Amino acid sequence: LPGTPSKVPGALTMEKLTAYQDVTTYNNFYEFGTDKADPARRAGSLKTRPWTVVVEGEVRKPGTYDIETLLKLASMEERIYRLRCVEGWSMVIPWVGYSLNELIRRVEPTGNAKYVEFHTLADKAQMPGLNSRVLLWPYVEGLRLDEAMHPLTLLAFGLYGEVLPNQNGAPLRLVVPWKYGFKSGKSIVKIRFTDKQPNTAWNVSAPHEYGFYSNVNPTVDHPRWSQATERRIGEDGLFTRKRPTLMFNGYEAQVGQLYAGMDLKKFY
Amino acid sequence: MNAQRALLHPAAKPLLFVLCLLPFAQLLGGAVAGTLGANPAEALIRSTGDWTLRLLCLTLAVTPVRHATGWHGLARFRRLLGLFTFFYGVLHLLCYAWFDMGFYLDDIARDIAKRPFILVGFAALVLMLPLAATSFNRAIKALGAARWQALHRAVYAVAGLALLHFFWMRSGKNDYAEVAVYALIVGMLLGARAWRAWRRRTAAAQPA
Repeated sequence: LPGTPSKVPGALTMEKLTAYQDVTTYNNFYEFGTDKADPARRAGSLKTRPWTVVVEGEVRKPGTYDIETLLKLASMEERIYRLRCVEGWSMVIPWVGYSLNELIRRVEPTGNAKYVEFHTLADKAQMPGLNSRVLLWPYVEGLRLDEAMHPLTLLAFGLYGEVLPNQNGAPLRLVVPWKYGFKSGKSIVKIRFTDKQPNTAWNVSAPHEYGFYSNVNPTVDHPRWSQATERRIGEDGLFTRKRPTLMFNGYEAQVGQLYAGMDLKKFY
Repeated sequence: MNAQRALLHPAAKPLLFVLCLLPFAQLLGGAVAGTLGANPAEALIRSTGDWTLRLLCLTLAVTPVRHATGWHGLARFRRLLGLFTFFYGVLHLLCYAWFDMGFYLDDIARDIAKRPFILVGFAALVLMLPLAATSFNRAIKALGAARWQALHRAVYAVAGLALLHFFWMRSGKNDYAEVAVYALIVGMLLGARAWRAWRRRTAAAQPA
């Protein structure tokens, strides 16, 4: 899946890429199990064709979009983003896709649309992890509309120049590089525009630990671990001190204004 | 009885010693060979924690299993298993302090004070310290059997703290399946002891 280098500011970090092997074998995708090796072992059962995405809610042009249509909707760009997991590790991944706002503009949100919800597929026949009660299924994530419209918010279809492997959220997923990884829903089947803040999966299961915003923020700790530092997968060895985590995962220049005046300790 | 004879075989204890060292050897080998996956630090911290819990369960199982089966030869292995529990607990703390905190002592102290789940795990290990330190024969003699036994009942508190540590750590991901398995095992082992103690007390209370 070829993509031309993105011209969006901040979309091409020059940092060393995380090895393909690590990017595709160390995954959190609870629909396939809670162990990070589970998705790569078990996601072979996911069928990514045919695939449709329902767009509904506060939009003038709701509808069902076929994956083939979505692949041709806008030109594919390569974007090299840092990914920071809430667990305290990070990667650098070359994604292929286009800004989510390309799709949003075409479906024409109404004046009532304030938030966007993203639903991950929840099919027990394809996803063995759904038998666990760790989370409520389907996995729902959400963004404020202005966050969703930000040019860095990526609808990704590939990584490392190829089609997304199933364990990374095939056939299409979200990538929001300034938020913890779990905010970026995988294997999306529904995008809903609403006037109310969505009840997102982790926020529902543990509200005191995971807020709606979940912006990467070294000054707001998770209740059970510090978020001040992180370990870059494959790069920081056992005896290397963890590197400092950057505000908004290093995308402060691009996204800081979205949160101007907000108390980020309260809206964590 | 064959099981009894096997338990009393001179090679049984060295064999158990080697078995208990296998996870350590495997982790060390994996760390050197770089085969612990994308996040070796996490793998080492978690595996040493898992093995501490497993050995704690085995240690706690010795007496109830001995009572249930009559294989009294098992008693020979209790100290070895208990000391290996402590060994893996220390490794667990070292892995956390080294690979997660870079051995920066003020960072570690702050982290332990700030995070209840780490504090609880640390308390479990500290509580194991006097048990490990009084595990040799002369300590038993010096303390007297009754006092030694009373002290070593602290292992129940260690088990409770260790489970709480694990539960709290997993609550971040709402993932309690494994915690439940360990809690069930520890619960059954402690239940067996409580049941036996209660039966003996009621039997003693019966008029002759």
